[in-house]
Amino acid sequence: MRTRFTLNGEPRELETHPMRRLLDVLREDCGLTGTKEGCGEGECGACTVLVDGEPVVSCLVPVAQAEGCELLTIEGLGGDHPLQRSMMTEVGAQCGICTPGVVLAAKALVDAPRKPTLARVREALAGNLCRCTGYEAIHRAVLAAHAERHAK
Amino acid sequence: MRTSSRDFTLRRARTLDGALAVLRDDPGTVPLAGCTDVYVALQFGQRPGSRYLDLTPLKALRRITERDGNLVIGALATYTDLQRSRLVRSRLPMLVEASRLVGGMQIQNRGTVGGNLANGSPAGDTLPVFAAAEAQVVLQSTQGERRVPFTSFYTGYRASVRRPDELITAVEVPAVDARQWFRKVGTRAAQAISKVVFAGVRASTPRLALGSVGPTVVRLSRTERVLGSGGSLETAIDELKLEISPIDDLRSTADYRREVAANLVREFWARTA
Repeated sequence: MRTRFTLNGEPRELETHPMRRLLDVLREDCGLTGTKEGCGEGECGACTVLVDGEPVVSCLVPVAQAEGCELLTIEGLGGDHPLQRSMMTEVGAQCGICTPGVVLAAKALVDAPRKPTLARVREALAGNLCRCTGYEAIHRAVLAAHAERHAK
Repeated sequence: MRTSSRDFTLRRARTLDGALAVLRDDPGTVPLAGCTDVYVALQFGQRPGSRYLDLTPLKALRRITERDGNLVIGALATYTDLQRSRLVRSRLPMLVEASRLVGGMQIQNRGTVGGNLANGSPAGDTLPVFAAAEAQVVLQSTQGERRVPFTSFYTGYRASVRRPDELITAVEVPAVDARQWFRKVGTRAAQAISKVVFAGVRASTPRLALGSVGPTVVRLSRTERVLGSGGSLETAIDELKLEISPIDDLRSTADYRREVAANLVREFWARTA
């Protein structure tokens, strides 16, 4: 089946089986390996991407459902989003497997003008498991990125 | 995923009538939407079916409206839609609470009400809410439409009265004119399948429902009768423990579930007093 979507701002069109996981199409067909596979069953959030601005786990999305959608993967952030920088300065990443998913899941909180509470940050990242950091550094990174993004 | 997608076919529904015709002509077709159950099953090497019908293009089924005094929730409404809906927030806050606790936000953005009903897990987070709210399930086929009271929808473990040619198109919830309370007990605050899940409405005869304590979600009709006729809370709890049939499984033990169920009814009673 022919599937069309916008990937990190660029229109893409590809011919593939409609039930392939969006995760596999991104990594294998589009060569974007920043999206990681953790559990493959929707529990860990490592494969989080944004579909029309909303975080989803790409291991549970048939590529057919991406038809006509705007997709954003970690590559689309270009490395200079405030959250990408603060994840480094606050040491919110260790092994790095969960990091692309964490950044995309928290991006909306960082970009919104309203300052998130710690409780809100924890809730937004409840679907992203990290086995290294214990989460505290990740939460600090999100709050620091918000402060930087909205500094007067 | 472990199962090769080449073994499967997926059609995308373009109209509701078209989808119903597919189910009539090939009742073995498995409808899918958010895929938060179907794709997990495929990952585990199970095959819920080999021919699938993607309902997500049917945008009209995602609406949440009010009709004839009922809250009408389209089957494709996601858990995120439920949390954002003013109608759901004002009329059925216990459903908002249940939706907040379904997985993480990535799952809430995809999983649907119709999918939670169709999957029919005894641990389904929204199911006790619909049981306590006396909802009706709207089923459509090429033969027409019928409504089934939610409390008669399930016939056993993951089994329901839905015929293979029928599609769940909506859930209708009448006005709830008493205090509502929802609580899910799991291993952590989010992203956990429940050990016990409870919803209750403090009407003159209270309505209580529990998930994960039997093969299907259950209304506690005997416990309700004790409470409604002025019996003491502890008499009601004794009745509750006879009324439910929890099991030992990988998530919990029957004894633990029985005790937690009793505590949930006590907490409901105190908080809605």
